Amino acid sequence: MSTPNVIVIGGGLGGLWATLRIADAGFPVTLFSLFEVKRSHSVCAQGGINAVLDTKGQRDSIRQHIVDTIKGGEYLANQPPVKAMCEDAPGLIRTFERMGVTFSRTPEGLLDQRLFGGVKNKRTCFAGASTGQQLLYGVDQQVRRLESEGKVVKHEWWEFLSLLLDADGVCRGIVAMDLKSLEVRAFAADAVVVASGGMGQLYAPKSTTSTNSTGAAASRCYRQGAWMANAEFFQFHPTAMMGHDKNRLMSEAARGEGGRIWVPKTPGDRRPPKTIPEAERFYFLEEFFPAYGNTVARDEAARAIWTVTRQMGLGIGGDGGDRVYLDLTHLDAAFIGSRLGAILEIYRKFAGVDPMTEPMEIFPAAHYGMGGLWVDFERSADGGIQPDSPRNHATNVPGLYACGECDYAYHGANRLGANSLLSASYSGRVAGEAVVSYLKGLASDRGALAPGIPQTEVARQQTINAELMRAEGADTPYLIQKELGALMTAKVGVVRSNPELVSAFDELQVLRERLRSARLGESSTWANQSLAFSRQLSDMIELAGVVTRGALARDECRGAHYKPAFRIPIPEGTFGGDPEFEAYRDRWHANNAQWLKTTIAEYTEDGPRLSYQEVDLSVYPPTEPRDYR
Amino acid sequence: MTEQSIHLRIRRQDRSDSGPYWQDFAIPAHADHNIVSLLMALRENPVTVSGQRVDPVVWEHNCMEEVCGACAMLINGVPRPSCSALVAELDQPIRLEPLPKFPVVRDLLVDRRRIDQGLKQVKAWIKIDGVWDTHEGAPRIGPAEWAANYLYSRCMSCGCCMAACPQFGSHSAFLGPAPLAQARLMNAHPTGRYDKAERLHAIMGDGGLSDCGNAQNCVRVCPKEIPLTTAIGELGRQTTVQMLKDIFGPR
Repeated sequence: MSTPNVIVIGGGLGGLWATLRIADAGFPVTLFSLFEVKRSHSVCAQGGINAVLDTKGQRDSIRQHIVDTIKGGEYLANQPPVKAMCEDAPGLIRTFERMGVTFSRTPEGLLDQRLFGGVKNKRTCFAGASTGQQLLYGVDQQVRRLESEGKVVKHEWWEFLSLLLDADGVCRGIVAMDLKSLEVRAFAADAVVVASGGMGQLYAPKSTTSTNSTGAAASRCYRQGAWMANAEFFQFHPTAMMGHDKNRLMSEAARGEGGRIWVPKTPGDRRPPKTIPEAERFYFLEEFFPAYGNTVARDEAARAIWTVTRQMGLGIGGDGGDRVYLDLTHLDAAFIGSRLGAILEIYRKFAGVDPMTEPMEIFPAAHYGMGGLWVDFERSADGGIQPDSPRNHATNVPGLYACGECDYAYHGANRLGANSLLSASYSGRVAGEAVVSYLKGLASDRGALAPGIPQTEVARQQTINAELMRAEGADTPYLIQKELGALMTAKVGVVRSNPELVSAFDELQVLRERLRSARLGESSTWANQSLAFSRQLSDMIELAGVVTRGALARDECRGAHYKPAFRIPIPEGTFGGDPEFEAYRDRWHANNAQWLKTTIAEYTEDGPRLSYQEVDLSVYPPTEPRDYR
Repeated sequence: MTEQSIHLRIRRQDRSDSGPYWQDFAIPAHADHNIVSLLMALRENPVTVSGQRVDPVVWEHNCMEEVCGACAMLINGVPRPSCSALVAELDQPIRLEPLPKFPVVRDLLVDRRRIDQGLKQVKAWIKIDGVWDTHEGAPRIGPAEWAANYLYSRCMSCGCCMAACPQFGSHSAFLGPAPLAQARLMNAHPTGRYDKAERLHAIMGDGGLSDCGNAQNCVRVCPKEIPLTTAIGELGRQTTVQMLKDIFGPR
């Protein structure tokens, strides 16, 4: 057998880390991306990356990082991978620094760290206001170096369509399409890493994600037998500025520095906001959460905005009255300018309005999917994960690995701020190491893939293309995508109920049928974006079904998944030791016994088949409910 | 054309090797449209002002926060990212053309591979032993030096500077401002400077630094306000020193 080779799908942080690790070990890598890899969604992460360096005199500890991550995710993440990730975080930061990443500095020239949401210590490394961009460029430069040495080959503007599975169900390569020539071709590989990012576009345009974050690649793996896990957990960021094209993140810092959220008390009040008297404004966060007011946690804020706009009908603006005001105009302009300059500039640039003189208009937006492709791990003797185990980050399809936002591994039911750049980088590295072990363990007499398999699969994909090109129905994929986003936002979003989830699942089936006959509106055989879009949309609808089914089955509130009918509230004003609180704790334990488990979705012709897996709680067993009071 | 519509003129091209042509569109106005959202609205119903149904316009977009660099094009004659080009601030008819100097793939989609080739040519990377932890970070960098470097590390390879540069194009081998600025960035890094001579030699020949005509267009169009001409000036001094070293040997 010649030197085994690897295909990596996706060139964000996860994919590039995996590429580097595999190529460094001497195995050739072919990297597939829909676009030039440095345009990947990793660049959008602004805030930072968590790693305990304990350089701020706060006695920060790795143990605390582990606990914060586990509790933030309401115990739903398997704990050994979380432990290993937090332990390796400082080493990752040092490696990034050696790559030349322009981390912000202290006066002494050391890496600076700042405070981020959900934690008590300064633990977040950052590079100005563009941390994700800087981290991605660090690995992008290294991959370019390996490319110039012939160790990596990039196929940019190629789209992964399907896996090549041999008779034993082992992944032996992929079929991909050149997005310019539309050529469909099979590529053999001894292992495949999918690092295709998140699926925020299910909620488009009310999503902060890039337009290519469709989840289509993960969905294609799912359709071929890879399990999805915990797909129902989706984080919504409470304050995003609405656009026709996307929602752009407005940092929580705007509330932290004194911003107030409000709507007019009168439904449909069309007066300019500055002319509405104080007495006629409803500062609902301050009324709902007297202790925290406007700085209440992300998920609480998102739900409150949802209640006010969707249930009380008090939203402002067109578009169904969705928006609320985030108001800074009462604050001192010089102070706010110095504290929030960069993020207010974003608002000015994209909304064309100065937030110092006009209240901003915001709405919760789909931000990050905690769920994704199920991946394995091997627990080590010390309670972390076994280094170099081929099981780490392996999907249930042999030879197929997943890393980055498209996997489900680290964030449980909710993700902490600045943990996503960490998990993307760490999981990419671990997946790369696991693939190297997998390749070394392959039998040297393993037969080649039967030639009929790629031929059949290429022909099947070409048939799909031909049918899409021929369809002449009334809809276009672009219109159906809008309906998908609106449906998911309305019924599978911030606040969920079973009747709505049932109807959402039915409506998804209707969308699927309509898409089947939708006309592309063009028949070009060169760079036909409508064809690629329509194919992606079909996979998105499949994935939306997984999210919806998972949400329907899970009758509880956990992290980002919120179903008020099943809420177990903390009795007000009570704490550990109080009989009411202990009774609550008992209910909380009973709920955990039923629902503290991983949702597994398996593809069938009739929709996702759900089952559940135990969560590995060996590091920090749940005895304390999450309580941010 | 009514008051309530946005007038768009788009230069289209069906294939890399076919000729360009113009089409006009009227799109219902929204106060907060940018060029990407406008093109998204257009692709839902691509009908020209004369009522002709045409292929949806092809263009590239991803982050829509002006950080991925994908969506740059020529808007009313100026190269810039289209996601941050607000319709309310543009004169109509709004003219959209593919980013010049780069080969057109289709419509507004261009092939910017030459930026990547330039980055390879100038070896825009830090040589590290491997992507494992060496239990040591990089040497310290003072805040002032950091601030100067950070300006350059925000380059997103959108290609606007190259599009505006009279020296860059299919007629010349000139690397263009973006890769040059990255050479400056890497040369400033405490371990990146180990390979400074190699990078400087890469820009001392044909298509290198001396091809810059000092038109200063690049700094004027850079959406990230990267001081590209400052970088080119610094590299000029570095190459002069390097030339002397090459002649007289290191002291």
